[in-house]
Amino acid sequence: MSTAASSGGALPRPRAARAAARRKRFDRLGDRALFGVCLLAAAIAALVIVAVIYQVVDGASPAISEFGLGFVTETTWQPNFDEFGAGSLIFGTLVSSFFALLIGGPLAIAIGLFLSLLAPRGVSSVISPLVEMLAAIPSVILGFWGLIVLAPFVRDHVEPTLHDTLGFIPIFGPPEATGLSVFTASLILTIMMIPIIASISRDLFLAVPRDVQDGASALGATRWEVVRGVVLPSTTSGIVAASLLGLGRALGEAIAVTQVIGAGSEIQASLFETGDTLAARIANQFPGALTELHIASLFYLGAILLVIGLITNLVAQWIGRRFGYQGAAVR
Amino acid sequence: MSQRAAIPDPSAPLTPSGNLRRRQLASRIAVFGATAAAVLAVAVLGIVIYSVVARGASALSLDFLIKGAPDGIGPMLVGTGVIVGIAALIATPIGVAIALFLTEYAGRRLTSLIQLTLDLMNGLPSIIIGLFVFILLVEGSGQSGFFASVALAIIMVPLIARGTQEVLLLVPQNLREAADALGVARWRAVLTIVLPSAMGGILTATVLSVARAAGETAPLIFASNTFDPANYSLNPFEALPNVPIRIFQLSEEPSPTAISEAWGLSLTLVSLILFASLGARALHARSKRRMAS
Repeated sequence: MSTAASSGGALPRPRAARAAARRKRFDRLGDRALFGVCLLAAAIAALVIVAVIYQVVDGASPAISEFGLGFVTETTWQPNFDEFGAGSLIFGTLVSSFFALLIGGPLAIAIGLFLSLLAPRGVSSVISPLVEMLAAIPSVILGFWGLIVLAPFVRDHVEPTLHDTLGFIPIFGPPEATGLSVFTASLILTIMMIPIIASISRDLFLAVPRDVQDGASALGATRWEVVRGVVLPSTTSGIVAASLLGLGRALGEAIAVTQVIGAGSEIQASLFETGDTLAARIANQFPGALTELHIASLFYLGAILLVIGLITNLVAQWIGRRFGYQGAAVR
Repeated sequence: MSQRAAIPDPSAPLTPSGNLRRRQLASRIAVFGATAAAVLAVAVLGIVIYSVVARGASALSLDFLIKGAPDGIGPMLVGTGVIVGIAALIATPIGVAIALFLTEYAGRRLTSLIQLTLDLMNGLPSIIIGLFVFILLVEGSGQSGFFASVALAIIMVPLIARGTQEVLLLVPQNLREAADALGVARWRAVLTIVLPSAMGGILTATVLSVARAAGETAPLIFASNTFDPANYSLNPFEALPNVPIRIFQLSEEPSPTAISEAWGLSLTLVSLILFASLGARALHARSKRRMAS
């Protein structure tokens, strides 16, 4: 820098000129190198997605050629007899996650509303990080807590109450002896998805222009009417996208679910029976899987989960982008 | 209607009645409901933390932190440290480079494509990443801490890239323009001006992603599952003892000592993670303020 600058006024000396040229060449090289490194990193990210899909399907190929698409609807799972099917697991995955969304979605949106519009600034600046902290608790610890603390409580108090009052609906059947059930798993999944949906919807609500809300207030709308008439309609697509992201998290959760769902193998109407999900079955049986077909079947479960998860995420991103909400990072 | 009736009774109380009263009641119920939801979430956090602290604190002692199983958890802590440390070493450069590519080089369409890739990567269930690492690496050469690090790095990269990108976008554009005007090469400007001013944000993103990865269990089932919990190991090319898997395994044992050790492990892990993420958030708030001013 200093040589090049000092030679600026007078005729450039040949040595300085050569140095400047060398420097220029070096800079061009540096530019290319940094660009190359960054491009490479971005390419790696794309490559990983493709490789994950390829490898998981490849791992499943023995099971795919053995069972074909019938695997998806087949409900028996008996490793000793080499009989495998994903039907009951797909059922368990969908039921537990959707039930979690049913409880967690409205709660999380209400929390988002509270944090963005209703709470005084000081309160929300304390509670916001607390809600996000819920997401920082490792799933294995949440699952362990669910197993030791939540499951007995659910068995002794929640399930009997629900069965006694709403027992005429088949999903609230008689409680199991252990408290390990699809219901308990759903509660754990609810806890996991709430911080995700709450923090995204909080950011959505904060982005609703203030003057539109003030306009509604000036016309005499109550607080709730402002929310219902102005805030919610203008953020519907974002809320849907956030819910799908939360759902995607629940669908793929393995460890916590496997700890509290009880590894049942049948499709049962009652939420209080044991069940199992795709991810939980993989986590539970992979370490003990011995035969090639068993492992391949677990990979097949993974492939199904991957398809469900990718579709959920893609739809969420599509809705988010299409309707103008910039997909916020889920932390 | 007589004229006198149109004049409101001045002695009537100034409270709403009829329809307005109903609307205000509905509004108050809604506000109450939203507040209750927030209180519920905080209460759940409180209950979980309380259970972990109340049951884990009795297990905790210096011996417990240092010794091997069954008396302590030292090897697991060290193993998790090694696995997560290597994962951070792999993921940070890649994540930062992706963020640089997004903010400094890529055009609009390429940016949204790569962002989509990152979001999909972030949405991958961690158990799928475990399956991937198993078939790619573990199946051929056996379990190892290093493979666990690779799996965790896949989880960390999108988090680091996102966080870094956010702060890089905050670096004032006129810093870059000033560098261009002075004839500074692009790469020198990026490495000596843009990156250093974003350093706080990069650190925050890395710490947050480490906090997330340290608790990940699913990928480790495939990569670092069979270990000896009694002895220290620093060799990343064999299966390393680690905290999440140990908790997972202990939770399936019915004995009270196993459960007590699992609570102790949970308390240690939770406090490490919460302190790390709180610290990172504080740092983030500070560096953001500095950038904004």
